Amino acid sequence: MSFIEIVFYVFSGVMILGALGVIISRNPVHSALSLVLTFFATSGIWLLLEAEFLAITLVLVYVGAVMVLFLFVVMMLDINVTKMREGFMRFLPVGVLIALLLAVQMVLVVGPENFGFEVEQYASPERHAADYNNTEELGKVLYTEYVYPFEIASVILLVAIVAAIALTMRRRPETKYQTPGKQIMVKKEDRLRIVKMDAEKK
Amino acid sequence: MIPLSSYLTLGAIMFAISIAGIFINRKNVIIILMCIELMLLAVNINFIAFSYFMGDVAGQVFVFFILTVAAAEAAIGLAILVVLFRNRRTINVAELDSMKG
Repeated sequence: MSFIEIVFYVFSGVMILGALGVIISRNPVHSALSLVLTFFATSGIWLLLEAEFLAITLVLVYVGAVMVLFLFVVMMLDINVTKMREGFMRFLPVGVLIALLLAVQMVLVVGPENFGFEVEQYASPERHAADYNNTEELGKVLYTEYVYPFEIASVILLVAIVAAIALTMRRRPETKYQTPGKQIMVKKEDRLRIVKMDAEKK
Repeated sequence: MIPLSSYLTLGAIMFAISIAGIFINRKNVIIILMCIELMLLAVNINFIAFSYFMGDVAGQVFVFFILTVAAAEAAIGLAILVVLFRNRRTINVAELDSMKG
């Protein structure tokens, strides 16, 4: 067994265990942490496939941002875990059955007969030389051939930012706010009242 | 060396696990969102494996866009979840029936 095979099987095993941990753990925080483990193992697999830029992106963006967001939300909400587990055992056989059927069907299609080394089209490709730069290659097509989808992606992210803020922002009626516009527009007559009266006589 | 079928099988197993997760955790919206992330990850493995074995970098570009859309989806989904919890004090899917669906 070569070193690459050992790496592949170790990372695949960690990945599948992490995925199982996501779906069967009792506490949503543990689920989120298992998902982080799964993402790390996946980025190892992607490094094996010479997709270095995406592997680093997966760790930075997914583990660093999206999963932290998940953990924030999970810890912020006060969830009744035992109530959430109702029906777990009831749906377990159905879920396992469907997952097994699905996995068997997909493996029959993508198994070694159709996508193994024997198929000439998918023979193992040459490894790139040490000076090969995956980020550069990706950038070359991303900013020329795919520049229009790239701009659409940026608009999608902008929409997501606006939507997330618009959904979660709220004005609490009991909190006091300043209105800068009104503060600037205020005039002397609005606040100061000069009272004319006779001088006091003793 | 690892054949392409091994990577595709790994993606298929991950996809099946996340389907099972949606079935058995059908009350908890947070776990369902995590299972959707797992599904996207399984699909991304297939894209990158094909990109490597066919020597075409377009598959990686596609994964890049999937990651973008998945991040946006997670952000909006969690925002909806927070608003839902604030209004209803629950995220149990069985109790979210105000639209009589």
